[in-house]
Amino acid sequence: MTSAAHSRTDHAQTNPREFSYAFLIQIVLILNSFIMLYPVVVMVLSAFKTTGEIFEHPFALPDFTQVQNFTRVLGETSMPTYFVNSILVTGASILLILVLGTMAAYAVARYESRTNTFVLLFFLAGLMLPLKLAIIPLFILLRDLHLLDSLWSLIVTYTAIGLPSCVFIMAGFLRTLPAELEDAARIDGASEPRIMWSVMLPLARPPLAIAAIQNAVPIWNDFFFPLVFIQSDANKTLPQGLTSFMGEYTTDWGMLFAGLTIAAAPITLLYIALSRQFIQGMTAGAVK
Amino acid sequence: MPLSVQQSRTWKHRGWVAFLVLPPIAFICLFVVYPILSAFGYAFYNWQGLARGEFVGLANFREVLFGPTMGPVVWNAFLHNVQALVALMIIQNGGGFLLAWLLYKEPFGFRFHRVAVFVPVVLSTIIVGFLWKLFLNPNFGIVNQALYSVGLDALAKPWLGDSATALPALILANAWHFIGFPTLVYLAGMQRIPSELIEAARLDGTSEWQLLKNIVWPLVAPSTTILFTLLFIGAFNWFEIPYVMAGLDGSPFGTTDVLGLVFYRTAFGNQSASIQNFGQGSALATLLFLFIVVFASLLTLWLRRREIQI
Repeated sequence: MTSAAHSRTDHAQTNPREFSYAFLIQIVLILNSFIMLYPVVVMVLSAFKTTGEIFEHPFALPDFTQVQNFTRVLGETSMPTYFVNSILVTGASILLILVLGTMAAYAVARYESRTNTFVLLFFLAGLMLPLKLAIIPLFILLRDLHLLDSLWSLIVTYTAIGLPSCVFIMAGFLRTLPAELEDAARIDGASEPRIMWSVMLPLARPPLAIAAIQNAVPIWNDFFFPLVFIQSDANKTLPQGLTSFMGEYTTDWGMLFAGLTIAAAPITLLYIALSRQFIQGMTAGAVK
Repeated sequence: MPLSVQQSRTWKHRGWVAFLVLPPIAFICLFVVYPILSAFGYAFYNWQGLARGEFVGLANFREVLFGPTMGPVVWNAFLHNVQALVALMIIQNGGGFLLAWLLYKEPFGFRFHRVAVFVPVVLSTIIVGFLWKLFLNPNFGIVNQALYSVGLDALAKPWLGDSATALPALILANAWHFIGFPTLVYLAGMQRIPSELIEAARLDGTSEWQLLKNIVWPLVAPSTTILFTLLFIGAFNWFEIPYVMAGLDGSPFGTTDVLGLVFYRTAFGNQSASIQNFGQGSALATLLFLFIVVFASLLTLWLRRREIQI
């Protein structure tokens, strides 16, 4: 350790200014990571405490065997229902986005047509327009289709929002595949759907994963559309259900922190396991 | 792509392409194009609840902008959106730029710091809002508890109940939530700068500040364009954090009111006044939409012009 550290800081020792600069960088980064992570840590620790313990010893370590807050959240409240709804809505939306987005992208990327530019411009417009601001007509449309206050109202809305970005991600990738792949299969007598399904799409898994993550995180976390579309408790998603839960248990802080921890756990754990893919997917729109 | 012209003109082939393209287009037409086009139309009518009444021309727009009840509320909220935009530009995007520069040097532990800074970004805004609301609680929140424990009792205050600190608290919570995003976008931008450029400048004895100002900042201009445009759109659509932390009325005394809250109250009502006014709500949405489209386009054009091509 000492010899390695010695050779690494060799240069720095000759230049004390540079050494103290490196030290300063470490301090800033450690401080920043502390600010980013400590609130999350306090949230998890507090979930193991009683309300009294939180008020008396906010920074103390809890007794980790004390899990009654968690069992109460899962047993007494509608949190499990919200959880299942969030999974259903996110899963169905992502599936629809990927299927519809890949269909459009494949046609644009692999077949020459005069209408291709028009189709791409059409989806580009969809990418730019914030659907949030058209929520009143969307509300009336969904009411007329009898979809209001159902999970479908959210699924179709999220699909509409996510579809354009998926088209661009997929078209950008599918364009780069060599034409020889198709031609070889065509000479073997494969039909067009067969070529798409068995030859081209198996190669497109990485961009499909990026499109899925880019859309899954905002959909899983969305609050605005459920707030307007969903009334009945049985159809609420996690972020929206959380507001009812927080309103119900305002003074029971142990329960509040346990609820927040349970709501935050799945996506945080998934992120820690797949941080590279998450970062790549979520910054995909802003990093060219 | 190369299908011969003859092949591509067969009906079977056309049918296959139509099968691929038409369902997604129909979907977007129904759930994006149609609602957005109707949104403009709705603003010109009087509404009774969910039923459309008579055509009233620009009356809704006039009421929203200059009406005795709506006007002051809307302008007050607009001012808060502008304040949030400016503050977040400095704290969130500026701070992200500096953090990215530190990570770019790949100091000891940079992989850990890169993952850590992005943790709050993946959390739901609702979770972030509630978490900070509990932390900022005047009696039992950890912020004041920490101040008491180090003897700074004088600094402890009801952060969200005080008109002077409520909006800044919301802005800081938002910056905590999102600073990882500009950080990692800027980091990706810096990693695309040819490393010889930075090496050469270092050898010439350029100071750190000169290097950042004259080389790095101009060369990450494309990231700046995207980040500032996204922040602009986000700041004028700001809703979740104020809704969760300050409530639908922008308490205390409207000092945290933003356009998103005004729009929601107008269109879908609130507990104190459960009147839905789709006409004025649509007028507000239309104005906000035009404002965002016009200014975001101008901003993008202006930022693009200052990008340097290498």
